[in-house]
Amino acid sequence: MINLTINGKSHSVDVEPDTPLLWVIRDTIGMTGTKYGCGIAQCGACTVHIDGQAVRSCGMTVSDAAGKKITTIEGLADNGVLTKVQKAWVELDVPQCGYCQSGMIMAVSALLKEKPKPTDADINEAITNICRCGSFQQVRAAIHAAANA
Amino acid sequence: MNAMPKLDRRSFLVGTATAGLSLGFNIPFLNSTSAQGAPEINAWVVIKSDDTVIIRIARSEMGQGTLTGLAQMVAEELECDWSKVTTEYPTPGQSVARKNPWGDFGTGGSRGIRTSHDYVRKGGAAARMMLIAAAAGEWKVPASECSAANSVITHKASNRTTTYGKVAAGAAQVEPPADVPLKDPKDWKLIGKSVKRLDTLDKTTGKMMYGADVRLPGMMYAAIKQCPVFGDKVKSFDAAKVASMKGVQKVVQVGDSAVAVVADSWWRAKTALDAMPIVWDNGPNAKVSSESIGKWLKEGLDAEQAFVNNKNGDVKAGLASAAKTVVQDYAYPYQNHACMEPLNATAVYTADKCEVWCGTQHGQAAFAAVLEASGLPASKVEVYKMMLGGGFGRRGRSDYVTQAVLIAKQMPGTPVKLLWSREEDMQHCSYHPITQCRMSAGLDDKGNLTSLHVRLSGQSILTALRPEALVNGMDPATFAGLSPTGEAAIGYSVPNLLVDHSMRNPHVPPGFWRGVNVNQNAIYLESFMDELAKEAGVDPLEFRRRLMAKYPKHLGVLNAVANGIGWDKPAPAGVHRGIAQFMGYGSYVAAAAEVSVTGNKVKIHRLVAATDPGYAVNPGQIERQIAGSFVYGLSALFMGECTVKDGAIEQSNFDNYDSMRIAQMPKVECIVMPSGGFWGGVGEPTICVAPPAVLNAISAATGKRYRTFPLKNHGLTMA
Ligand code: FES
Ligand code: FES
Repeated sequence: MINLTINGKSHSVDVEPDTPLLWVIRDTIGMTGTKYGCGIAQCGACTVHIDGQAVRSCGMTVSDAAGKKITTIEGLADNGVLTKVQKAWVELDVPQCGYCQSGMIMAVSALLKEKPKPTDADINEAITNICRCGSFQQVRAAIHAAANA
Repeated sequence: MNAMPKLDRRSFLVGTATAGLSLGFNIPFLNSTSAQGAPEINAWVVIKSDDTVIIRIARSEMGQGTLTGLAQMVAEELECDWSKVTTEYPTPGQSVARKNPWGDFGTGGSRGIRTSHDYVRKGGAAARMMLIAAAAGEWKVPASECSAANSVITHKASNRTTTYGKVAAGAAQVEPPADVPLKDPKDWKLIGKSVKRLDTLDKTTGKMMYGADVRLPGMMYAAIKQCPVFGDKVKSFDAAKVASMKGVQKVVQVGDSAVAVVADSWWRAKTALDAMPIVWDNGPNAKVSSESIGKWLKEGLDAEQAFVNNKNGDVKAGLASAAKTVVQDYAYPYQNHACMEPLNATAVYTADKCEVWCGTQHGQAAFAAVLEASGLPASKVEVYKMMLGGGFGRRGRSDYVTQAVLIAKQMPGTPVKLLWSREEDMQHCSYHPITQCRMSAGLDDKGNLTSLHVRLSGQSILTALRPEALVNGMDPATFAGLSPTGEAAIGYSVPNLLVDHSMRNPHVPPGFWRGVNVNQNAIYLESFMDELAKEAGVDPLEFRRRLMAKYPKHLGVLNAVANGIGWDKPAPAGVHRGIAQFMGYGSYVAAAAEVSVTGNKVKIHRLVAATDPGYAVNPGQIERQIAGSFVYGLSALFMGECTVKDGAIEQSNFDNYDSMRIAQMPKVECIVMPSGGFWGGVGEPTICVAPPAVLNAISAATGKRYRTFPLKNHGLTMA
């Protein structure tokens, strides 16, 4: 059994220790907001926070995540109150298909924690998530809107 | 009796799910599939007593905003309170049972709005008339004295009002009107407005349910491996080797070309599948390579026989007598859709019922696939459409749906979720077709284009996917943007013109890929127009304008982007410009680019885009479609290529099939300029003008002309 703390709740899971955290979150625990896009840490769809840092959960084993503070997209809003990043996303109508947006929002939330007023260059460096729908123009606008909210 | 409860799709779509989706099997199971018993006014409109309006949407939402746009169309005529509007998908099974009241579910070819605007607006208008009739009946006044706005019905003379919710039950009993007049477009209040999407909130909280997110009680997970060489088969596999691995339930063959492992988690299924020895039975296709395909297509450039689509004057004579001739060859590769959400479908099969949950661009085609794969009659089959994590044409095919059923059929009663790995998805696409093109032109002594021969050589999508649409063997779709008339007409007058196609169909399956054939055709034609302008010593904008007197709408968008980019003023130091125009899906589109090139790095600073779709239902969403499609199209231009080796696709994931990131995103400025009187598409047409505008700008910057793609093969990268 491996113990995980996700969004403040603890879970014991009976899985192989080298299972990627992504699949434990999605299949074993059943929280499907965190998405699978590539499985090789390229696309960012599976981004979660591990002790406050943005991490691609397909590239981290469940045993490495044990004992750490894991936050998923479901854990961002506090009792239904959206974070300022989520609010900016809604306000600017960012998502198209939306599949990449959980990971995008998690990556952006971590960036804003580190750099509350990121420049375009900061954004370019930190946000490397793939969005095949191409929502980048709205994403950038929403990051600035959230930073200024 | 069917042991499996039905899922109410609407609860996923509009996020009315009562419980959170944090744990276990808490998807709400509801028996009623439509609107929980609220009165249905007609097939399109359901109104609840609290005035909530549920608008039924037959087309699929995959990010393009059709859910919102179609709801706007219905609501415009319904005169309902937009803030009370939600949507739901009718199921394909309901469509069959009710004799198809919603028409075509197919969502492709940018057709969502342009081919259903009439009947969906009529659906809204008829419902409004019935609601008014019900109120008038209650008040015992003539319906003609009543009016409706914002879900409120008013009888002015007696100063009475009521709401849609209050009369909905009565309206459901009213005889539907025979004659349903529609508003004059000048009276539209909601169509043309940039209202926000209806599906955003759940896409920011992780609640939106995509196909990949379906969870059913007792569900198992399947990972699949298909024969890498298209068309070849499974010879054997060693199931015993993995049968005892943890969590493995079953190893099954899927059709004659794939093998799947079913386990209690997808990771375990995939791990076992990767460990299982599979032997493929390969035929001659295993000898095909990109080189052999390229050689075959090149021969097509010289072939005597070709399908002729557009012809006037005498090109041969015109070229022979021209003051100057210019001939150039171009080539465009196979490309993968790479939808962000890999393909998947969840199926449960018993002898009494087969149900499938999936993201699909075509609910009815998915339904037909389930019918065939299950062998059950239509009354025992149902498909529930989930949100699509991208479609771009790929989810119009139902191969993954068929597979899910074939697997579930081997485990009756057990729900099975089939999820393709990204690697499977990359290697078993319906690829953007491969083509080459020879452009031959004749200029007169004043530099005017007098003769043009466009010879296409390569693959036909319709031959593979819709052979019934071929015209005497010719694939008319191949000529998108080069046709004499219609929804994808060429915008230049050339006295001697010939556009023809030497069809060559390699074994790699082609498919519809956002924009489809306008992508390469726009690159071919609009790159070459710049090459000709250069030969003629004429400004590329001016060179085009001279040929466009008879094409005012094409010219309109071209002029708009020329103005927008400031073509008549010099570009900033070190920045170079390019321009392009085209037509597709009934819309006129143009783009102008500003780029700078440093070494091998291309920085796209700005793209000005214009589109004239006739009517613009939601300009804000059109702008997002344009900017988004540019990411898709420019990713393809710089990085998108699937190569063939030993009959199989070589690329496997985003590390070798890359896609643009935010750092590479240019500033996109959109000019949405609906001129009225026609309905053009918006999801696809504009994609095709960004690449040639950028290529022309690169050429202006470097003096070099790139004619084969992607540009990474020339060492160019996006800065
Ligand atoms: S799924 Fe983890 S980065 Fe793509
Ligand atoms: S919104 Fe569809 S992939 Fe980003």
